[in-house]
Amino acid sequence: MLNRISTYFYQRPRLVLALFLVPPMLYMAVVYLGSLFALLINSFYAIDDFTGMVIREFTLKTYGQIFSPANREIFMRTAGMATAVTIADALIAFPLAYYTAKFASPRLKTWLVIAVTVPLWSSYLVRVYAWKLILAKEGILSWFINLLNLNGPLDWLLSLPGIGGSSLSLSPIGMFIVFMYIWLPYMIIPIQTALERVPASLLDASSDLGAKPLQTFRTVILPLAFPGVVAGSIFTFSLTLGDFIVPLTLGNSKFFIGQAVYSYQGTAGNIPLAAAMTMGPVVIMIAYLLIARKLGAFDAL
Amino acid sequence: MPSKSSDTRPRASWGLKLAALGTLLFLHVPIWIIFLYTLTPDETTYTFPLPGFTLKWFGVAWQRADLWRALTLSFQIASIATVIALILGTLAAAAVYRSNFFGREAISFLLVLPIALPGIVSGIALRTAIGGLDIPFSFWTIIIGHATFCVVVVYNNVLARFRRTSVSMIEASMDLGANSFQTFRHVVLPNIGTALLAGGMLAFALSFDEVIVTTFTAGQQTTLPIWIFSQLSRPRDRPVTNVVATFVVMITFIPIFLAHKLSSSSADTEGGNK
Repeated sequence: MLNRISTYFYQRPRLVLALFLVPPMLYMAVVYLGSLFALLINSFYAIDDFTGMVIREFTLKTYGQIFSPANREIFMRTAGMATAVTIADALIAFPLAYYTAKFASPRLKTWLVIAVTVPLWSSYLVRVYAWKLILAKEGILSWFINLLNLNGPLDWLLSLPGIGGSSLSLSPIGMFIVFMYIWLPYMIIPIQTALERVPASLLDASSDLGAKPLQTFRTVILPLAFPGVVAGSIFTFSLTLGDFIVPLTLGNSKFFIGQAVYSYQGTAGNIPLAAAMTMGPVVIMIAYLLIARKLGAFDAL
Repeated sequence: MPSKSSDTRPRASWGLKLAALGTLLFLHVPIWIIFLYTLTPDETTYTFPLPGFTLKWFGVAWQRADLWRALTLSFQIASIATVIALILGTLAAAAVYRSNFFGREAISFLLVLPIALPGIVSGIALRTAIGGLDIPFSFWTIIIGHATFCVVVVYNNVLARFRRTSVSMIEASMDLGANSFQTFRHVVLPNIGTALLAGGMLAFALSFDEVIVTTFTAGQQTTLPIWIFSQLSRPRDRPVTNVVATFVVMITFIPIFLAHKLSSSSADTEGGNK
């Protein structure tokens, strides 16, 4: 009996393929794409100003609201933060990625890869929480700064308009450090992957042809690592754009996109505005992905 | 065996070594600081240096019924979401591996979407859809949300393994008279077993501490991450939160570490044959 069934399916590979494909695709298409579609539809609805109820009629009014000066400022602030975090992560990720890919012994490399992978998968919330302890006024960082007599420079940094605040944990600088920290593994891994693919013979060729180590680094290694940086930046940028945990935990009362969406749908109950607001990150990310594909980032993923 | 490559491998400069070490410490020291703070007797602030040492908070956390409820809930959700992800992810991987049909790229794209888009987009999209259909937010709506982003983890792991499994093994099994089911049971399953385990553990870890999508798909349920999140914005039980955070690091570390070991060790042996 089983043999008969087996033969039946063996002779119909298309049917088997369909049987394999239907459950996962149905699930993803209905649940996920369906939800995204519902979100898109809702962004074209508007809320009645008096009753607070959603009016289910097509309108562009809600999209008009997201271009209000206050919301424009939120977009600019979030995009600025995402850019700063991405650049900083690329800079501090590079040495570790470069060392792991090109210099570490195989044994050490295994451990280094684990040391980067574990934080990537492990609790995001706990890692944010760690910084609440570190940045607290009475916490370890203040103690350390006191010990090194760096209170003057810190106060100067905190007095800067735009990025300063009353303390590190209540300022954009604090948020910047935490964002940089939590997304760092997402930058290290693609850069390392990209560098891993640079064959040793290419570097040998470069030095055989008379290039100094620094020249090889600048003209061979850096350009070949760049797609990795772009691949990593997709994550650091996208994750910063959509995050609302860090701005709610640290930082001052100025809104970021994620936080605005969270409060529009929650306390304000304005789903259409929240939906329209999330279309911002979606559009930015799609544009970003298209550019990244041109720069060859997908091969480094 | 001293391999040839280790002799010709260039030596790193001290500057590079220090910078790499610095990044490594930056990644790990903050977690150690939480471990340290579980010992503080200080209940209301994060004073450093710690004013003393005590182990009593472990006992206090152990007694908390709300924590046990949250932990059980997170455990149940992660388990069910992982099972769904294992089934759907393996099916998708098998389909993509078996044949080169039109729209293969689109499938990978669709599966990656939930982790490529910011979590808040997935979260609010699911909330809009579930709310719009008048489905009450519950245990099951959390699982539906979690499964969407767990599938791709299993899919990636299993597909990578399929690509390293030679088709001739399957053909040999069939030639020797095994039917499809026997071939699956005795040839395919042993081959992808560790990939399933690795993918499953990563999916479990991912679901176990997910918070962004969960805040949008949960009703009154408090998962462990939601409990921690409530403590982040309004700290009430600082010492207990330290213990919980330490526990979460420990419990997610084990599956992640094992999953990595499982997938990388088999990659090495497979790579050696090429």
